[in-house]
Amino acid sequence: MTTDPVTLISPSRSLPRRDPALPGRLAWLAVSLLLLWPLLVLTEFRPWQMLEARSLRVTAHFLTGFLPPALNADFLATVARETWRTVAIATAGVSLALLVAVPLALIATASLSVSSLAGRMAAGPFAVRQATRALMVALRTVPELVWALVFVRVVGLGPTAGVLAIGLTYGGMLGKVFAEILESSDAHPTRMLLANGSGRLQAFLYGLLPQAAPELTSYAIYRWECAIRSSVVLGFVGAGGLGQQMDSSLKMLAGNEVATMLLVFFGLVALADAASAWLRKSLR
Amino acid sequence: MNADHDARPSEALPARLIALRARTGWVLLAALALVAASFWSLDLQWSAFWSRGSAASMGRFAAEFFPPDTSPPFVRKVALATAETLAMSALGTLLASLFGLLLALPAARTHARALWRVPTRMLLNALRAVPELVWASLMLIAAGLGPMAGTLALALHTTGVLGRLFAEAIENTPPAPAFALRVQGAGPAQVLLYATLPQVAPQLVSYALYRWENNIRAASILGVVGAGGLGQLLSYHLALFQMGRVATILLAMLALVLAVDAASYFARRAMTR
Amino acid sequence: MNRGVNSGRPGPSLRLERVSVRYPGAQSAPRPALQQVDLQIGSGEHVVVVGPSGAGKTTLLQVAAGALRAQHGRVLLDGEDPWSIGAARRRQLRGRLFLAPQVPPLPPRQRVVTAVLAGRLPAMSLAASLRSLLVPLDIARASAALAPFDLSDRLFDRVDRLSGGERQRVSLARALLAPARLWLLDEPLSSLDPVRAARALQTLREQASLHGITLVVSMHQVELALANFPRAVGLRDGTVSFDAPSSQVSPEQLRWLYAHTPPVPPPPELGPEDLAGSAAVPMMWR
Repeated sequence: MTTDPVTLISPSRSLPRRDPALPGRLAWLAVSLLLLWPLLVLTEFRPWQMLEARSLRVTAHFLTGFLPPALNADFLATVARETWRTVAIATAGVSLALLVAVPLALIATASLSVSSLAGRMAAGPFAVRQATRALMVALRTVPELVWALVFVRVVGLGPTAGVLAIGLTYGGMLGKVFAEILESSDAHPTRMLLANGSGRLQAFLYGLLPQAAPELTSYAIYRWECAIRSSVVLGFVGAGGLGQQMDSSLKMLAGNEVATMLLVFFGLVALADAASAWLRKSLR
Repeated sequence: MNADHDARPSEALPARLIALRARTGWVLLAALALVAASFWSLDLQWSAFWSRGSAASMGRFAAEFFPPDTSPPFVRKVALATAETLAMSALGTLLASLFGLLLALPAARTHARALWRVPTRMLLNALRAVPELVWASLMLIAAGLGPMAGTLALALHTTGVLGRLFAEAIENTPPAPAFALRVQGAGPAQVLLYATLPQVAPQLVSYALYRWENNIRAASILGVVGAGGLGQLLSYHLALFQMGRVATILLAMLALVLAVDAASYFARRAMTR
Repeated sequence: MNRGVNSGRPGPSLRLERVSVRYPGAQSAPRPALQQVDLQIGSGEHVVVVGPSGAGKTTLLQVAAGALRAQHGRVLLDGEDPWSIGAARRRQLRGRLFLAPQVPPLPPRQRVVTAVLAGRLPAMSLAASLRSLLVPLDIARASAALAPFDLSDRLFDRVDRLSGGERQRVSLARALLAPARLWLLDEPLSSLDPVRAARALQTLREQASLHGITLVVSMHQVELALANFPRAVGLRDGTVSFDAPSSQVSPEQLRWLYAHTPPVPPPPELGPEDLAGSAAVPMMWR
């Protein structure tokens, strides 16, 4: 493949110039290596340990258990039941989240501000709106797993903890995005309604909702799909559903059961994805 | 018969809108049915929440979080766990960027032979579909307890995410520089290094930095299954009902997430200068 | 720079035999981009291709470079049909030619030194290319290639900090570093002012003569073309209108060539996937 390396240009007789970027590049390289070392140490990153005889045996034992996946009727019935519970937890969680999010979004959106009709928003309403936003951010920031862990302590193991965790976190997410959607819609009809003396709720229903409805529903459906995945994850800390079942099967190193559940999980996610896409398209 | 009762065609709704409203109606009905079925089939412990006694016990419970434990030995432990979590997220994202790029090459429509494209995309989708926590539980089997399992879990999941993003970015690169080099007979690796990557590298780094923001959150909680970091500390002290210490850990998590968000934002801004 | 160092083999001959080309995706165009084009260019010859926009000059150069496959007829590079040989040999064949597209194909954030040195990639091993990315291996040579184009002082600037004319000159400087013996230059002077254009043309012709390089250039500046090239090919509506020594091209031939032509859309931009033989683009080289 090497062609004749013909050089048309012989190097000029003047001194070759130094690359001005070289010192900077070497410095970056040195800094990166310097930072890489503590990363490897702190994470106890020793991948060769996974190839040691003992852990290799455990891994091999688990992996060989993958095939064939467990397909006996009892287990499949359990999996089906837990899968429904996962969907139910997600649905109930998102419903709760909507109950939380809609009032918060309505309070937070500046489009429904009466005081700003005359110019700048008054200080009181402004403070209330900012506080509502802060509340939504706070709800969002705490990972749902942490909420679930805390609620498991309060209400015990089971789906309630999961529903509450999803309700609160997703409430914050939905609230923030709903408020943004409402504010990015054309505020003119709403302001006209408010200026002519209609109540805020009416202004919302007749002014903002008609334009914003497609986007609001689209985002809500998308979040429902995310909630299904969340609910599987929450199962690992005891919130019930497919995740909890997977956790117990993993602890027993029952590879075949885990394999089945992973396949079911993939199918569930794909189904939810397809359903969500179809719904969003058909509602346009 | 009053003429007003007759249908006035000019005011009838167009057929498409009627169909849309009918569809919306059915969908709404189905959704409500699903919601009702969900609430009914789960035996939710509302009583535990709404009873009079529970309000007081909730208040007591919340009060236990204050004050957060700030004793120096514990704060040192939390600091170490924070560093561990930060390292997990950084190393996991770094590994994912590397492997994501490697997998993005066969997955991209511009570079690949069609033979490699579909299996690679399927692999990336599979990596993406499994949540980080599930990966962590799986990795515990191979890697044992500790942060290595968490790092690997993050790396695996994020490889799926970044691989797909990288592939799309590579596909959308202006093709002229690569075309000119290939016409000249440069090898595919050389074309990648001299034409494609120089154009797309800033965007790849930007995606990786953005993903780091997600990964720091994920890394914080992977520990609840035993994968090290703040999560492991959190679940330990929560199990012991030491709420003051739990509060400290939560504050550390918050601070860490804010710090990484800021770092990522400024790094991305500096790159687009 | 004037020493003929290691000139190697002479430039390949180029031959088009009844070549007809339609662009993929332009199947419904009223006429092919090239129709029944016959062209013979000997080793080391310097030929200029003139014609109005839409005549097919770019298509001609791309077919000659093996970036486009002709539906009818064939292209012979030094007597070899690129389509009848294996992929490895074809890549070797590609290494012998250099195509400079109309728009300089330079990554915007790359530095000039790296962009110019990229011309040498077909002759560099992968290891050398990698090392050169970290630290350019041959700054002196890059500087010497840019010197005749008055760009030596912009060696370490980024390409997107250059003007259009400067970028075009960088793209031409690549030719001086490429191991190619066949230069196909598409409108290489379009962004250059007359003084720079004349100087660039002189440099290219001198270097080509010095090393026996076959030079095929498309241009729309007719006077400059006829004054600087011994042979001119006139292209109009995808067919060869005339192919003669420049001294023998008459004003009537030129007038007919540039007579009113309906507007034609520019040729579509090709990407590297077009070279990969994918099913969607069945006529591309691999």
